[in-house]
Amino acid sequence: MKAEYNLSPDLFNVASREDRNAEKIHRPSIKYWPDVWRRLKMNHLAMTGLILIIFFSIMAFVGTEINGFKYFEQNYDLINVHPNGVHWFGTDELGRDLFTRVWYGTRYSLFIGIMAALIDFLIGVLYGGIAGITTRRVDSVMMRIAEVIYSIPYLLVVILISVVFTQAGQGSSLFILIFAMTLTSWVPMAILVRGQVLQLKESEYALASESIGGTKNWILRKHIIPNTLGPILVNVTLSIPRAIFAEATLSFIGLGIQAPKSSLGALANDGLAGLPVGNAYQILIPAIFISLVMFAFNVLGDGFRDALDPRLRK
Amino acid sequence: MKKYLLKRILMAVVTIWAVITITFILMHSVPGNPFRTESKMPKVVYENLQKKYGLDKPLSEQYFIYLGKIVRGDFGDSMKSRVETVNQMITRGFPVSGVIGIEALLIALCFGPALGAVAALNQNRWPDYLSMIIAILGISVPSFIMGTVFIQFLARNIGWLPIGGWGEFRHSVLPSFALAFLPMAQIARLMRSSMLEVLNQDYIKTAKSKGITKATVVLKHAVRNAILPVVSILGTVASNLLVGSFVIEKIFGIPGLGMFFIMSIGNRDYPLIMGTTIFYAIILVSLLLMVDIAYMLIDPRIKLVKEGR
Repeated sequence: MKAEYNLSPDLFNVASREDRNAEKIHRPSIKYWPDVWRRLKMNHLAMTGLILIIFFSIMAFVGTEINGFKYFEQNYDLINVHPNGVHWFGTDELGRDLFTRVWYGTRYSLFIGIMAALIDFLIGVLYGGIAGITTRRVDSVMMRIAEVIYSIPYLLVVILISVVFTQAGQGSSLFILIFAMTLTSWVPMAILVRGQVLQLKESEYALASESIGGTKNWILRKHIIPNTLGPILVNVTLSIPRAIFAEATLSFIGLGIQAPKSSLGALANDGLAGLPVGNAYQILIPAIFISLVMFAFNVLGDGFRDALDPRLRK
Repeated sequence: MKKYLLKRILMAVVTIWAVITITFILMHSVPGNPFRTESKMPKVVYENLQKKYGLDKPLSEQYFIYLGKIVRGDFGDSMKSRVETVNQMITRGFPVSGVIGIEALLIALCFGPALGAVAALNQNRWPDYLSMIIAILGISVPSFIMGTVFIQFLARNIGWLPIGGWGEFRHSVLPSFALAFLPMAQIARLMRSSMLEVLNQDYIKTAKSKGITKATVVLKHAVRNAILPVVSILGTVASNLLVGSFVIEKIFGIPGLGMFFIMSIGNRDYPLIMGTTIFYAIILVSLLLMVDIAYMLIDPRIKLVKEGR
């Protein structure tokens, strides 16, 4: 049976040019880092951390100048003054203004944290990168060395170095502190970078690049390095609070920075003496500062990790 | 597996040797001499002291003598305390530190996984937020601050527990809790993420679809699998407890090894610093080794991963 259809040509339209674009992606393509930033912005906790860090970084320089006292300025008529209108955070047992000193200490703590993280980053990326791209045997030797260094207890080394390089009863110099802290702490970064490089070297897109003629150098620059940056960033962000924590602990057992210079840990240590005599604010204020700084870096690091790896998200 | 085990033990021995060597070099590169400070010392006395501590011998010889002593379990004499050897101090202090450490570990192991599991099961609801706030506080507030806050509010203001001292069980409550906070928080965070991962697995769906109760799914299938990564960080936890004990013992005035260590630093008592450091290193490295072995025994997959490297 043959069906009769009366299909007039009017029923048909010429496919317009617009329809041909149906496959086209309309939204602008978002690059990796703007996308990370977009996801980070949605994470309120991480943004709180970022804002806190910016605030603390600015105040670490501005805050010491606000109420007109100097961090080393002693006034024996006004010792252990509780927080009031003139001395906003009170004074310590030598009559020094705590508001100024706390911001001054924040400056040192932040500086130590960031410097230690940067040095970890430099050594870790170099060492891990080299281990990742050399021969198997060299890699194996390098990693065994790194493992031995890593299993040496971190703070014990820091304490030992500080003991050796400082005189009894005095604090450590900034340089020694950072040196001691970075002596073993670069290892996790190196292990991370090496693992990433090894993994990415074998990845399909690296192979694809190689097969269309990409040189080793090109693959390294274009594919391996950009893709390791994410985990490295997370690690750097999280190693800042670790360094700040180590410095605070060190200062707390009397091996930190030398007075009248101060860090948050050293201030807390000074404040401990005020605790039994009812001057709890002397330790509570630096304590809150340390906790806030550590909190800020920790949540920002977590936020980076979530933003960089969307699979980990809800 | 045997090969891996052997390799791990060898690595542990090398690490301890490295610590001993580094400690020895560092302590002998300290400028000056420990007996020079006590000025107006007759020459004969000085020479005798040098002889007693073996400081008149060449450095390489001193090193091997020291190494031999450590192998035999002799950590040397304290320079400031004339009555106690380093070994005696360790045997006096370590049990005290051990009690606090074990109590803290138990607290962390009880509450950490529980907090993490509760958070994961109630993802993005208030129990999740509450546990994660506790956890983020735990990793952000250093233990010495936690200890101080406990002393100020729980001991001084409310008077529930003693401020410091040592002897009875109640003396150990506050220090243990202060010490336990960081490891508890670390465990809780890890437990949460690993639990979330496990809850998305197919076998959880299968278990649910079999019709078994939620409690059984959670306890038998989810928690047991999610707790594996927690075992792997127990080494870090032990290390944190150890370091935390230095400051906690200082704050609460507990006569543990941590306090001796801090005191030895303050006194520049080099043999005691060396002995305690090496002792700590041995403890830690053995703990790490034990954790690794335990992990390997619990999780059969680990073997494949390690060999595949």
